[in-house]
Amino acid sequence: MLELRHIDLSYNRGTPNEVQLFEDFTLKVESGQFVSIVGSNGSGKTSLLNLLSGRFRPQKGEILIDGEDVTKQAEHLHYRSLSRVFQDPSAGTSPSLTLLQNLALAEHKGQRYGLRPGVSRERMDDYRSQLAAFGLGLENRLNDKVITLSGGQRQAVALLMATMTPIKILLLDEHTAALDPKTAEAIMQLTHQIIREKKLTALMVTHNLRYSLRYGDRILMMHGGKILLDANGEAKKVLQLDDLLSRFYAISIEAGNSI
Amino acid sequence: MEILLGILEQGLTYAFLALGLYFAYIILDFPDLTVDGSFPLGAAVSVSLSLAGLPPLLTLVAAALAGAAAGLCTGLIHVKLRVKDLLAGLIMQTALYTVNLMIAGRSNVPIFDRDTLFQNTRMDAFLPPSLQPLRVLIMMLPLVILIKLACDAFLSTQAGFLLKAAGDKPSLVCSLAHDPGMVKVGGLALANALVALSGACVAQEQRFFEISMGTGAMLMGLASVILGLKLLESFGRLRETTKVILGSVIYKAVIAFAITLGLPPNALKLLTALTFLVILVAGNGQMAAHFRRLFGLSKTCTESKTQKEAKDA
Repeated sequence: MLELRHIDLSYNRGTPNEVQLFEDFTLKVESGQFVSIVGSNGSGKTSLLNLLSGRFRPQKGEILIDGEDVTKQAEHLHYRSLSRVFQDPSAGTSPSLTLLQNLALAEHKGQRYGLRPGVSRERMDDYRSQLAAFGLGLENRLNDKVITLSGGQRQAVALLMATMTPIKILLLDEHTAALDPKTAEAIMQLTHQIIREKKLTALMVTHNLRYSLRYGDRILMMHGGKILLDANGEAKKVLQLDDLLSRFYAISIEAGNSI
Repeated sequence: MEILLGILEQGLTYAFLALGLYFAYIILDFPDLTVDGSFPLGAAVSVSLSLAGLPPLLTLVAAALAGAAAGLCTGLIHVKLRVKDLLAGLIMQTALYTVNLMIAGRSNVPIFDRDTLFQNTRMDAFLPPSLQPLRVLIMMLPLVILIKLACDAFLSTQAGFLLKAAGDKPSLVCSLAHDPGMVKVGGLALANALVALSGACVAQEQRFFEISMGTGAMLMGLASVILGLKLLESFGRLRETTKVILGSVIYKAVIAFAITLGLPPNALKLLTALTFLVILVAGNGQMAAHFRRLFGLSKTCTESKTQKEAKDA
């Protein structure tokens, strides 16, 4: 269970440009739930992920993961039970290391990085079979630098690296937005499969309303730091793309955008 | 022949300086100005301990530890106090000037009457007279190879991978539940340990400590690193550490060449700065473009593009 309780968050505090984004914001997400978050720019979607991953610290309120208060924890410590995949495919991998070295690095997430050999040859076959499951030809490129891979391939690697170790929570920050439609579809399928197989609690920020309807158990639509729509289970199943679009246009006009 | 030997000796004693900057600048992307202070720090520690009667090899170990401490301070200033990388290095460099004076006691300390790494009774006893001129080489070559292999081994460990990741993707280190700042601090300690080791070797070789021996050390080390990596770029099978060490030798060759052409030794730092600038610009591929512009082969970006398109059509 993941909980945000009475969160206040503002930017540029104490300056004339102060913006209050969240005010008494509260959200509960059950373990194993896959939540899609949609909303216009500046609605607080990404800030929500930044709060959960410890990048931002709220001015007020608590963040609890399985009952443990993590509000004041250092950012890197959040990642012991959490992973995040970013929009930028290059964000989740080290370009100067090979694919094999990147995977080996990710496999020891949360442990001590000591003077043991960085890669163990026995693990190669396992890596290969995991990569082969993607169907992107990555299994033959273990010794290539990650920088030589395409955006889609890198995002697949980032996804694998994020979920190799036992984690509880997966944050997806528009992780298919920088990919071509076909690759985006493939990565989305893969994401769904991994979340279900590993029974992860997942929060996915997306601008793709179709994905938010097709995947996941619950939709949140956010605007101005508030949740405008929260459809769970059956309510989500009956939700149509047109409903979602009309709500979206409404808030978009309110935000001053013309259509 | 003598000149060649001199180049090789110099290149090898300064090789650790280049390796240190390889860790700081290439791996961690940290232009570490501490180096101008930690290089003479190594020399000061080594010379003082030699005077106190410690065996030369032990003074090298102590010098490396002192360098590590200096790097640690720079790292903590940068990471914990959020001072910019260049400034953090500059602060430590300035502080180390005083520290070095305090360790050495004064600005110039000779150790002519002591056993050094390269001039000692044991070597006199074991080395046949024909090999006596090669003393520096005989000591430095195994030492450089040993340290190089140790660096290679370290870079292929889990900690080595994490260090590389901290340099090119700190957010990845964070998502592996480690503090990228502290990994960086460790890397800077390692880099400055190597730099101080180099300073100690140089002091043992020239048999004195001199407070200003670190001036321009960072630039010299960087020039060696970039020279090695760029010039030997096409030798894909060579490890980068090997290229960096060869770069140090090549750099010394360039300087020796300039001196044989009649450059006064007083102009050395100017030469170091100019050489570095040329190497840096040439390494960027800017030099070639600049010459093309100079000779009117292409005037502006847009023009060169239209010319190319016209050619394609």
